[in-house]
Order: sequence, then structure tokens, then C-alpha cells
Amino acid sequence: MNIPQDLKYTKTHEWVKIEGNKATIGITDFAQHEITDVVHVELPENGKNVKKAQPTAVIESVKSAFDIYSPLTGKITAVNEEALGDPGLINQDPYGKGFLFTVEFSDNNELSDLLSAEDYKQLI
Amino acid sequence: MEKLLNELSSECKAAYEINCDMETDVSIPDHLKRKSDLGLPNAAENDLLRHFTNLSRKNYALSTAFYPLGSCTMKYNPLINERIAKFESFNMAHPYQPAETMQGILEIMHGLERDLCEVSGMDAFSLQPAAGAHGEFAGLLIIAAHFKAIKEKRHKIIVPDSAHGTNPASAAFAGYETIPLKSEPDGSIDIEKLKEVLTKDVAAIMLTVPNTLGVFEKEIVEISKVCHENGTLLYYDGANLNALMGFARPGDLGFDVMHINLHKTFSSPHGGGGPGSGPVGVKSFLEQFLPVPRVEKKDEKYVLNYKKSKTIGSVKAFMGNFPVILRAYIYIKALGGDGLKNVSAQAVLNANYMLAKFKDKIAVPAGGRCMHEFVLSPKAANGIRTLDIAKRLLDYGYYAPTVYFPLIVEEAMMIEPTETESKETLDKFIEILNKIIFEEAVNEPQKVKDAPVNTPVARLNEVEAARKPTLKWK
Repeated sequence: MNIPQDLKYTKTHEWVKIEGNKATIGITDFAQHEITDVVHVELPENGKNVKKAQPTAVIESVKSAFDIYSPLTGKITAVNEEALGDPGLINQDPYGKGFLFTVEFSDNNELSDLLSAEDYKQLI
Repeated sequence: MEKLLNELSSECKAAYEINCDMETDVSIPDHLKRKSDLGLPNAAENDLLRHFTNLSRKNYALSTAFYPLGSCTMKYNPLINERIAKFESFNMAHPYQPAETMQGILEIMHGLERDLCEVSGMDAFSLQPAAGAHGEFAGLLIIAAHFKAIKEKRHKIIVPDSAHGTNPASAAFAGYETIPLKSEPDGSIDIEKLKEVLTKDVAAIMLTVPNTLGVFEKEIVEISKVCHENGTLLYYDGANLNALMGFARPGDLGFDVMHINLHKTFSSPHGGGGPGSGPVGVKSFLEQFLPVPRVEKKDEKYVLNYKKSKTIGSVKAFMGNFPVILRAYIYIKALGGDGLKNVSAQAVLNANYMLAKFKDKIAVPAGGRCMHEFVLSPKAANGIRTLDIAKRLLDYGYYAPTVYFPLIVEEAMMIEPTETESKETLDKFIEILNKIIFEEAVNEPQKVKDAPVNTPVARLNEVEAARKPTLKWK
């Protein structure tokens, strides 16, 4: 199972890539494997304010629909338009072309709740 | 595979004739007149008849084989229901005819409302909602009307993750924010966790009892007390009422609002989109908000009363899906109170019999006892998943159980045998499921992964169908 060392993780299987005050978010390789083939994605609107641990996006596979929680509080600054048209990207490249959205986060304290690659590996 | 009617079509055959020379008084402006051919398929009458007969023979139905679809209560639908539902006095009635000319129909509706009150412990019912989730929606609008009337602002609904999937959707549709509540491994509620989210802005909690893992909520009386002390109402999802009739009544357990799926517990044919019927029931303090018209009895006559100032309004045209209402009434009258109690006893016995046969071999996340249904978490050899097992069951002539629901169970397979199946039917199914998981998955895994092979079409590419659906012929 691919768990990149340079990313942070959540218990609900999102990965977080921190760059300055922005965080890019997607689902982990483990999550895409469990969810199975993604057939539909709903993403938040650009500019929307989101709260930590609140359902922010929805991923649907032939198995079921899954809520995706924002790991951080802040404002959406980008969403993956390409994945809307080609949801298979989330399975093929979960840490790259299959990212979901980017949040400009407002509370640095929340970063300490994120898991390291090692912690996430333990979890799964 | 049966060809589509369009594929059977040929220009030199026709089973219909359209009289284009018909004279009418209506003058249609030239620019609105159809210029092209109607495009209807042409087939010889005999080919047409064979086409539909062949299609009907591919139907899988309760009347052809076992249907252990968890959460859906696919029980035998007594044929006497169908016979009575065909009476002209019922199926030729028109909703616009005056109430005095359909006293019998209104008497049945009034009688069924009273019977549902008796079974559920509620004080009043409206038969109008068209199905379960529609009943939930109506119930939530009633809850909203109640808080508006007492001038309290509450905008949240708590829904445990062991509830039915429609609950959060209904809450969102009714304008509420859904607060998910993580349940315990057997799907039950932890009172302390509930208290953490039970704030003053929570309008109601929606519970399915027994829950989707088939487990009765043991703390229900305490949950009810804690919620009511907070001014929060309790909503009962009646989808699993088949487990409780004659043993426990939601009204007695503290529930304020509920719906009943007549098409499940009270035996009318369902599946494939309906029709269903989801009557919404309330305690007396909420009766004023029920949908209109209400069926009332005045001076020994039944009337339809539309004049209720506090009502949430109509949630469906006319009085609901009457043919389903009628079947439920016949079912209740045929079985009587003792009969209904026996239904639940047998449904629970059948499910426990099956669970007892599986529990030592297959993981059972909710433990070794259940109510009317149970959930397995099969871990077969060679990477065989629940989906593969379900597909392989089709090869043996079974309808597959519900799979991947509830979401809280890994590789879930949810089985509800209902009370109307014999021990022999259950034994045969148990034998086949064991064979697939413990023999075929081990010795012939590819056979299971390639299933089904005995069905009219082989395994469909569900991913491709969802990503790139072909929605029309040509």
C-alpha cells in the first residue's frame, strides 16, 4: 500500500499536503482500494468556507457513496475539475491527478491533529 | 438475450394501425404538425406477444424463488390480497367522486389508521405518503411544524450510522442539518456519546429499531428519557417493524413520530420502484399537523376533511396509494392480532436459525443473536469479495442478499429470510452459501470471480455503466 512519507493523514483516510497556508486534500491509496472504482464525485464550490471534520465532498463507487471530511477549517481555493469528468483518476492516481480540493486553512493548531505516514500505516 | 422491440422491427410487419384520417374539430397550426414518422417499432402481433411473454419469463420474483434481500422484507404476498384488489368497486373508484359514494373505501382507510395505531402505539396516522422515505419526509415536516408552533429554533437532526440510509437524506430535504452519531459494534447507541451531540438545537433523533444490524436497541427507554428532557423528539423508522409486532410498540418505547412501510411488513408486492405506502403516525400532540385530507367519521358517515389550519398540507395527490393501503388492510384482517404477533415471532426465529448455522464459520459483527435479519462479514479465500459471492448466488437461482450495507460492516452481506420461508428453503440456501464461501472460493476461485454464468447476461461492467451510461437505443 502506497503511503508517501511527505504527506499528513487523517483517521478517515484523507491525505493532506501542506504548502504554506494551503493544504491539498485527497483520499489515500488504501481508501480508493476499499471504496473500489469511483463513478461519481461531488466537490465543494470554490470559495466555500469549510469546517474541520465536516462532510465536504462525496465520492460514489458502485459499492456505495462516501462522505469526505475536510481535515482542516478554512476556505476552498481550488477543486479538481478534471476528476469531476473523469472520476477514475481517484483510483489511478490518488495522490496526484486524483486530488479533491485545496483549502486555505485558518487555524494552525489543527495541523497537530493530523497523522504522520507512520501513524497512518499503524492505523490501517 | 431477448432482442429489443426496435431490433425485432421490420417495415413489412405491423401490429398496429393509426387512423390518420380521423376528423376532429381541432385545427392544429401547420408549424406544430408532426412532419416525421412516429418511429414506433413494427412487429407481427404474434412476435410482439412472444417478446413480452419471453421477457416476463425472465422475471425473478417471490413467486419464483427465495428472496433474502436484507432490509426489504420480501415476504409472501397473499394472493387473496390480489383477488380482492381486483374488485371493480375498488379499482374503478375515482378520487374525485363524492365522499358519500365511496364510503366503503373511506371505512377501510379509517379502519387501517386505527389498526396501525393499535400495532404501533401511536395516536393518529395519515396514509398519504407514497413510501418509506416519503413518510420520513412528512414526519420531519411535522416535527418542523411543531417547533415552529412552540417558537423554538432547532435545526439539527441526529442520525446514527446504523440507521437507514434514507434518514439523513430525508432530514436534509426537510431543511435540517444532519448530525451523524457513531454507533457501537452491534449498531446500538452509547448514551454518553449521544449526550455529547444532544444540544438544545437538536429537533429530533431518527432511530431504526431493530437497527440495520438486526439488533434491538436495549437502551431505548433511557435514550427516550434523555432526548425528551432536552426537548428533542424521537422519530421511529418503521422499516423493520416486521420484527416487533405484538411484542413492542414504538409509541410505548417513547417515539413521537414514525412511518410504517405497508409494502414491507403488511405484504404488498414491492421492488422495482413501487408502488409503496409509508403512512406517517404521531402522538396526539402532533395530530394537528398531519397531512390533509384526514378521513373522519361524522354522524356514522365518513368524510374527507381538508380544513385543518395547522396541517403541513398535502404530501401527495389525493389519499395515497390506495391499492397498497387496501392490501395492508386485508392482511391485518386476515391475520388478526395473534396472527401478526406470530408473524414477528416466526420472522425472528427464521433469522436466528440461519444466523446460528453461520455464526461459527463466518464473522458476525453484531454477535450470535438477532431480530428479523442479520449481517455477515464473509472473508473468503483468494481475495473473493462479498460482491463475487453475491454474483455466484445468482448462478444457483437465488436473488442475492443486500450487500455492502450497512456501511459500518466490512464486506457486509445482509440477510432477511422473513417468516414465510420454510426450514427446507433456509437449509438449502445455507448449504449453497457455505459451498460458495468454503469450497468454491478455496478450490475454484476463478469460477466465483467470473460469476454469474447461468443468467441471461454475464457479469455486467457496473463501473463502465455508471461512468459512461448508454441511456437510449441508437
